[in-house]
Amino acid sequence: MKAVYAILKRELRSYFASPTAYIILLVFLVLSGIFFFVYLETFLQLQNDPRYYQEAPNLNEMIISLYFGTINILLLLMVPLITMRLLAEEKKSFTGEMLFTSPVRTVYIVLGKYLASLTLFVTMLCLSYVNVAMLQVYGNPDGGPIFTGYLGLFLVGASFLSIGLFASSLTENQMIAAIISFGTLLVFWVVGASSEMSSSVAGYLSIINHFESFINGVLEVRDIVYYVTLTLFGLFLTNTVLDSERWR
Amino acid sequence: MIKVENLTKRYGELVAVNGVSFHVERGEILGFLGPNGAGKTTTMRIITGYISPTEGSVRIGEFDMADDPLSAKAIIGYLPENPPLYNEMTVEDYLDFVAEIKGVQKELKKDRVAYAMERCGIEDVSGRLIGNLSKGYRQRTGIAQALAHDPELLVLDEPTIGLDPLQIIEIRELIKSFAGERTVILSTHILQEVTMTCTRVIIINEGEIVLEESMSKLSQDTAHTAVVALKLRSSGAAVSEKLRSINGVDSVAEPQPGVFEVGVENGVDVAEQISKTAVESGWGLLEMRPVKMTLEDVFIKAISTEEE
Repeated sequence: MKAVYAILKRELRSYFASPTAYIILLVFLVLSGIFFFVYLETFLQLQNDPRYYQEAPNLNEMIISLYFGTINILLLLMVPLITMRLLAEEKKSFTGEMLFTSPVRTVYIVLGKYLASLTLFVTMLCLSYVNVAMLQVYGNPDGGPIFTGYLGLFLVGASFLSIGLFASSLTENQMIAAIISFGTLLVFWVVGASSEMSSSVAGYLSIINHFESFINGVLEVRDIVYYVTLTLFGLFLTNTVLDSERWR
Repeated sequence: MIKVENLTKRYGELVAVNGVSFHVERGEILGFLGPNGAGKTTTMRIITGYISPTEGSVRIGEFDMADDPLSAKAIIGYLPENPPLYNEMTVEDYLDFVAEIKGVQKELKKDRVAYAMERCGIEDVSGRLIGNLSKGYRQRTGIAQALAHDPELLVLDEPTIGLDPLQIIEIRELIKSFAGERTVILSTHILQEVTMTCTRVIIINEGEIVLEESMSKLSQDTAHTAVVALKLRSSGAAVSEKLRSINGVDSVAEPQPGVFEVGVENGVDVAEQISKTAVESGWGLLEMRPVKMTLEDVFIKAISTEEE
């Protein structure tokens, strides 16, 4: 397990030694910030709309839900960028030869890499909270859906990262890794997006269907199970690819 | 220290390594010699556990690479063909990381890293980014990486490739200094490297071992005169005939009129007899030169017989 920590540490250092991490964080914050202020402005305009005198516009519904939905879509774009180099780079720069001849089980290498990407992702989420915190200071949104929303985003991101890591294990070309993970995530996204979750397999597999309840402040076991399973499956596939590569 | 039995690696139709078996004793420096594409790198990758053989087994010390890879890997230091370096790290941080994942205990880590840097002469660049280092320093950092966990066995794949002559000498000295203390396998396609550093040599060609010999035996063999080159004023079959009758002469060839190549039996000195005969017969001896067999000849002979 010491090896997991060593790899995690090295991986994080390498994220922040190059501009990669900063650019990913910056782009994410700028994009999510722009959307946040669009939603905020719409909300403020509606507040003064006489048609809403009867029923006050709801902060959670009109800003936070939309904001979380936007972050979810942004993750689709950002996650492949976070994960693409994790394993592809090891192959390209021959460092894999050192890593995989070390007395370390492959699963620990996979875990170390994965936790590094997860750490960067959680940093992203924490920074995105600044906007929400502003609403909490100046308004009075319901805390429950914010909590479940973030939990949902964390689970979505965790499963995305594991798929991205898997894509990175398949090739030594970062660009190809990014394209594979983006394509796979997109398929998971659109598959059965039009069908109901309960009515079809495609509907159950769809990432977007499971996220809905989190935004509405509802925790459902089957949604949590879905994301955790997807994450473990991605890690398992990564481990299998790395192990089998040496048997070819 | 190492027992390699019947190692075979196939990539589909292509057989990269074919039934290679050899043993290496503790403290030996084994040279793995062969032309490019002979299967040296594949063999080393199998020994270090980076890839698995199609058939055969590797034992490192008392551990089998297939049954207990983690214990076997723990005592190997491996320098791949391309040094495995993270360009965005400093030399010291990098060695620190390697020591950590190779399982060096925390208290020992600092000493191990310092030792590896000192041994490879890279202390003065310890704080620099690896990406900014020259080729020679990169290669040395690669060797330091292999030393970081004090391994009993060092596997070095072309350790001097791409270095300038002075650096090559330094690296060879370094490898030589490991003799007795560690077991070393080094691969190369440079013949002098084997002559200068190794205690034993294995020549491999097209995935098969074609020669396995200790260097002391080899230098004994090559110390003898194998051929005497003669230049005479006379020429013709009569001269050849008379040369052949000299005791200890194996063969006589006359590639040009008056130029003879006299093949000699191992260990027999025929120079005196030849010169005496030449003078007595009035051939007009212009030149007599012993031609010694070099490792190059051994190498070329070993490889070319294989191709026939």
